[in-house]
Amino acid sequence: MLENENHRIAVIGAGPAGISAAVTAAELGIDVDWYDKADQIGGKLNDYYQLFPDRTSANKVLQEFDDQTGTARIHKHFGKAINHIRNDHGRLMLMSDQEAVGSADSVIVATGFDFFDARNKEEFGYGIYNQVITSPELEQKLRTNPDSLKIDGAAPANIAFVHCVGSRDQQIGINYCSRLCCVTGIKQAIEMREMFPSCRVVNFYIDIRAFGSGYEELYREAQEKHQVQFIRGRVSEASENQQHRIVLKAEDTLMGRPVKITVDWLVLLIGMVPSCTQVQVADHPCTDQETGFLKAANAFAGNRLAGQTGVFMAGACGGPMSIPEAAASGRAAAAEALQYLINR
Amino acid sequence: MKQYWKDYQKDIADDNYFYVRSCIRQNFFPGAENLFIDILKNKLGKTVFEDAEHTTCTGIGYHTDVVPLETTMTVIARQFALMKEKGYRNMIASCVTSFGLYSEVLDMWKHQPELREKIAGYLMEATGRTFVEPENMVHASDILYKYRNEIASIAKYKLINKTTGEPLKVVDHIGCHYAKTFPERGVGGSEFPQVLTGLITAWGGQTVDYPERRHCCGFGFRNYLVQPNRGYSISQSKIKLESMKPYEPDLIVANCPGCSMFLDRWQYTLEETEGTVYGACGNKIPVFTHEELAGLVLGYDPWEIGLQTHQVPVEGLLDKIGVEYNPGLKYTDRQGNLIGEPEMINQHVC
Repeated sequence: MLENENHRIAVIGAGPAGISAAVTAAELGIDVDWYDKADQIGGKLNDYYQLFPDRTSANKVLQEFDDQTGTARIHKHFGKAINHIRNDHGRLMLMSDQEAVGSADSVIVATGFDFFDARNKEEFGYGIYNQVITSPELEQKLRTNPDSLKIDGAAPANIAFVHCVGSRDQQIGINYCSRLCCVTGIKQAIEMREMFPSCRVVNFYIDIRAFGSGYEELYREAQEKHQVQFIRGRVSEASENQQHRIVLKAEDTLMGRPVKITVDWLVLLIGMVPSCTQVQVADHPCTDQETGFLKAANAFAGNRLAGQTGVFMAGACGGPMSIPEAAASGRAAAAEALQYLINR
Repeated sequence: MKQYWKDYQKDIADDNYFYVRSCIRQNFFPGAENLFIDILKNKLGKTVFEDAEHTTCTGIGYHTDVVPLETTMTVIARQFALMKEKGYRNMIASCVTSFGLYSEVLDMWKHQPELREKIAGYLMEATGRTFVEPENMVHASDILYKYRNEIASIAKYKLINKTTGEPLKVVDHIGCHYAKTFPERGVGGSEFPQVLTGLITAWGGQTVDYPERRHCCGFGFRNYLVQPNRGYSISQSKIKLESMKPYEPDLIVANCPGCSMFLDRWQYTLEETEGTVYGACGNKIPVFTHEELAGLVLGYDPWEIGLQTHQVPVEGLLDKIGVEYNPGLKYTDRQGNLIGEPEMINQHVC
């Protein structure tokens, strides 16, 4: 047990990992100072429509998370971005733009991820052609205004998804797999088929990585029940015709021949990249040099941040991660932080 | 709206150029290279030098596996050595394939210094010359891009339909070897290149963004030089022409010898074999090189700069712009002798 009940933990980030870390630490009897750059909890969960693999409403999951955060041990300091942690003789100072805004005995960093900027894959014409959108933008449309997907008031006739945009791509220096774009594309393809039954939906993929529980089943369902077409091959070019529809060129590598189709929407399944607001911890390298994500001191042993004492990481700030994984990671980090406080 | 081309800028020397000609352009578009030199010297006041000792870059032989890489590199090293000996540091390549090959060789030397040392040895052994690399190496269209506004300021004509007052619709086609290998070496990169768009808009026209804008013209050395593959060559040109047809472009401008050649000549072949034309009013679409387009707006006589050697007649476009010319002199030389006249022209009036 903790000998000094005045110990405090700071949690930076209020997405799924940060929520789970804060709630778990509070349930274990520790006071938590909770920071987020936004004014509300949830992070990117606020922008999602339905979650894979079982299509649970993102709102429902968010509400369930929120219901757990009403404990008196959690002290919210939202609307404040922590961008630096300074170790002051064992006391961890939380800095916001050079100013110390708090301190803690232990810190859990749960600052999440950013989406890959699809403009860096110029061949897809994102930012130039209006009918080219990203997967989070499609989530937003589904969540707030599904009618905006119609073309002149009618159902779109063709929609294409491109997998691995900003993932597994040496050309842009991102060699890792973002892991969740495949299942996002499968889920969104099903949603499009359900919403517009007459619409042909095609997914261009390198290979499908449906690794999570229920993901492979969803992939099969997309093909067998919803007739989503999966073509193995990279899209090489997108351009616009006079009707402002998108003309795609690709190669079907299973059939060994080029493919050219015209679509009403091109959806880019963009990968996950390190957050631009990621906390910098002074003087010690704590990021993976190749990916830029935060790095654990020993990934086999726990979530302690490389080169740090008392600082732990949780969720997708350490690499691409699903919401359940991020939540589990947050709970584990809270337990490790408590263990650290007991042992020190 | 993202303007991708702004991410791709390159250093283009201001003056004092060493110009290397193309092997094939003097046959394809015989006035273009002299016109470029004349514009540089007499319109823009630049110093440009060409050396009678310079040779082919070996590009065609290299891309068809006839010339080994190390031979190509040694020949190119000799071009650079000639430039240095004549007191120049800035090279302009007339040909997109030469520009691409010079870029490729310089890149290989940068990443494999041992290869550079080896080629320096070959150069010394074969020619007694000292190895050197250019300080600046660009394509001729880069120079026109750099001085596009200066050219606009002294232009006699604009790319505007004199009857309607509307900007001419111009298809730009960039040679594959200009930026598809090294996007950072082309103005505007490879996906949304700016090098010719910049000329078109500076001189009053508007660019046509059509679906097959980035598609190969069909020249591709293996497509054309291997005779049985020529059907593949013309089919690629046809893909492009069909894609641009609905936009009714007034002209095509290309910065590559093969692209200019084949987009022009294959239109004739397609009309002969299929009876199809791709311009408005039953006409074919005139094709220009970047130098010819500059010469046109600067008011050069169309027959002095070789526009009569195009397969697709240019008079319809000259009339749209309001260019003054003497139709009777089209097929005569400077002494007024007839140089020969094509049998089939099929030019209609819109």
